[in-house]
Amino acid sequence: MAVSMDQSLTAPSLVKRLADSGLIGVFAIVLAGAMGYLLMPNNLALLTQIVAVALLVLSIDLVTGYCGVATLGHAALFGAGAYGAGIAAVHFGITDPVAMTAVGLLAGALAGLVSGLVILRAHGLAQLVLSIAVIHLFHEAANKASGWTGGSDGLSAIMPNAFFGLFEFDLWGRTAYVYGVVLLGLVFILLQILVRSPFGMLARGVRQDQIRIAAMGASSHAVLLRMYVISGAVAGIGGALSAISTQVVGLDSLSFTLSAEALVMLVLGGTGSLYGAMIGTVVFMLFEDTLSAANPFHWLTVVGALLIAVVLFAPKGLYGTAVALADRFRRRPA
Amino acid sequence: MQTVLSIAVDALAYGMVLFVISIGLSVTMGLMRVVNLAHGAFAMIGGYFASYAVRDLGLGYAAGILIAIVGTVIIAIPVERFLYRRIYGAPQLTQVLMTIGITFCVIGITNFTFGPTLKTVPLPAMLQGSVDLGFRSIATHRIFVIICGFAVAAGLWFLIERTNFGIKLRATIDNAAMTAALGVRTELVYAVSFAVAIALAAFGGVIGAELLPLEPYYALRYMVTFLVVVSVGGAGSIPGALIACLLLGAIDTTGRYLAPEYGEFFFYLAVILIVTLFPRGLVGRMK
Amino acid sequence: MTPVFEVQNLNKKFGGLVVTNDVSLSMAPGDRLALIGPNGAGKTTFINLVTGNLAPDAGHVQLSGEDVTRMRPAQRVRRGLVRSFQVTRLFHDMTPEEHLALAILQREGRSGQMFGHYSGRVRVMDETAALLDQLGLFDLRHLKVREIAYGQQRLLEIAMAMALKPKVLLLDEPAAGVPQSETALVEAALDSLPSDLAILMIDHDMDLVFRFAKRVVVLAAGTVIFDGLPEDVTKDSRVREAYLGSYADAGSTA
Repeated sequence: MAVSMDQSLTAPSLVKRLADSGLIGVFAIVLAGAMGYLLMPNNLALLTQIVAVALLVLSIDLVTGYCGVATLGHAALFGAGAYGAGIAAVHFGITDPVAMTAVGLLAGALAGLVSGLVILRAHGLAQLVLSIAVIHLFHEAANKASGWTGGSDGLSAIMPNAFFGLFEFDLWGRTAYVYGVVLLGLVFILLQILVRSPFGMLARGVRQDQIRIAAMGASSHAVLLRMYVISGAVAGIGGALSAISTQVVGLDSLSFTLSAEALVMLVLGGTGSLYGAMIGTVVFMLFEDTLSAANPFHWLTVVGALLIAVVLFAPKGLYGTAVALADRFRRRPA
Repeated sequence: MQTVLSIAVDALAYGMVLFVISIGLSVTMGLMRVVNLAHGAFAMIGGYFASYAVRDLGLGYAAGILIAIVGTVIIAIPVERFLYRRIYGAPQLTQVLMTIGITFCVIGITNFTFGPTLKTVPLPAMLQGSVDLGFRSIATHRIFVIICGFAVAAGLWFLIERTNFGIKLRATIDNAAMTAALGVRTELVYAVSFAVAIALAAFGGVIGAELLPLEPYYALRYMVTFLVVVSVGGAGSIPGALIACLLLGAIDTTGRYLAPEYGEFFFYLAVILIVTLFPRGLVGRMK
Repeated sequence: MTPVFEVQNLNKKFGGLVVTNDVSLSMAPGDRLALIGPNGAGKTTFINLVTGNLAPDAGHVQLSGEDVTRMRPAQRVRRGLVRSFQVTRLFHDMTPEEHLALAILQREGRSGQMFGHYSGRVRVMDETAALLDQLGLFDLRHLKVREIAYGQQRLLEIAMAMALKPKVLLLDEPAAGVPQSETALVEAALDSLPSDLAILMIDHDMDLVFRFAKRVVVLAAGTVIFDGLPEDVTKDSRVREAYLGSYADAGSTA
């Protein structure tokens, strides 16, 4: 009987409490960041891009993993942040990196609000179709507005200022990388607070039973829309980081492919956990960098096979499966 | 006037290709409640089979169509057995991931086998050229496609409304558990419907190759369009799918003619408006 | 006393079938009302109309004098009209403690807060603990709901409703699925509810109905055929006909 269970099983363990508090996560981000810096000093641009995409994947996790909305159009939020920051720099002379990030955050949040308003009007298949239509609409709009976005040539000549006038954005991308890791750490702490908060709990409730949420007097739609805006802000920061570090914004940042790939990264790592989102991104992108250099089409086959394998054999993703195994291991010797 | 007629014919032909390809998707989604993003991949496989048979082996157009249908169904059988069966009744996200995975694999393998270039299915002499209507001529191929579309619609209508199998199919769409309890072998209904859906997709992929060009990214490029048809028309509804295809064909073709510089902007805008206004489809029944 | 809850001439048709036929009902604070009726009488439809999950064809629903007929379900809940479900609806990946803390925070309008963990709020924790204790769920508070027995989930379902501190509580078969050995816990929980709360209960368990209700309403074919004291219900000829006439095998219900 459940009642007679050992108290140590029902009370959260020390490890779990540390993980919940986010300290482990920040420590891991800093450690992985430092290792990347030391091990791949010639590839910091790739590492910075991984950090930027990790922000996108975290932002998908908020709506898909925590709230249960399946979306294939989330790159719209990332691209909005990237174009927001890029346009601010090129057309309005806002070249301070922190200000550019802030513009990206706002643009992403706005895109989150707009796509949330559209996507959340429907459920099921219709919702999925709307999410795909949204990303294509953003893509076509950016393509057409070439005066602002550079169209299919991309928006180039984004020249961020030196950081606080001290740290130049150097050719090796050291400044951008350090900035990215710091941003990721900050966002992670804030999101960890968010998902543990009453609002985070409410969001998990929305994923599990919307009728019960209504019977408690709460509005699922309001929760989802708010989460979409927050998610947009996070993705927008990622987009801005990408614009700052690569100094170009292309239409591929607003593509269906990026949306789908980011979803794959999330599922690979494990939905409904911030750790899963980050682990999935790192594994996927390092893997991609190695393989797609050989042949981009082989890479697509591998992604497809990987997806099928995850669905069939590890539906909880890398992190989720590891946690489940650790749990089983911990319970057995009790 | 000339332009209006050209747009109308192209829109009708395009809509009919969409219909032939996506009607199978609509029926299987109404039946099995699986969000299948890989349907376009099967249309593409059909097109590649026909292209190989007609262009490389020098077989006739009709033989090409036959080979495309048979070949695609043979490829689809193990895919259904080992992959699709695992996701019936699974959460939507799982279905999306699995079927995107299948699509990516098909794209990658197609490119590895046939290369990234555009493939054509050479038309027989009969379908080349145009028919003169006196005041205006129309490409014969367009007429052929439109006739095929109506034939498929009529054939399906007969199959579903007038045959024993159709009764079982409609009952299974309505309430699978109850129909099974009445002694209908629903898994057989599923299997046959899936095969017919794949066959139609392959057929549509071949006859539509002029309008929806064959290349490895076909499966991804038109994925949305086919899904939109089902979503707008309502899963499992033939009239719904037909209306949706003609409507979407008209919007897309008109957009290309009148405002090509906007790409597919208006198409997606229309999709958003329609889906938002009719979240359960124009003739929809799926919740 | 002025009614806290009032239903006037409620009507609902599904196609040609009348499922709710001109139903009127009012409850004062402190009422203990049982709504019974044979299967298919329209009890669940009535609940859905009252809670706003279905829209009526005609008629009004009032809460403390305010017309709530056009309001969404969540808005009615915020005004004090709370229901429990016949088949448990809970968050399977969350613990009983999280359920109750969330419900309490929601009641206080603080469920949207984006910082802090509920366990840091002393008053919320105290109230949660008291509710858990009252329903015998305290030892299970850190288990996920899918790991606890169905009978205990039923208790949590009632606790959720209590945590929202309603003015009017609709209980849809609160004891359904609760093992015999634990129905006493359900009854004790019902007895401990505030005396000024108006409660409407649907149940088939006539023992529970007679012990709990001070007033009984019988619904048959969508129409109210009896509204009176529990001791009179079995003597009423229309009630006898509704149960025994068309349903020869009424079992323990008649």
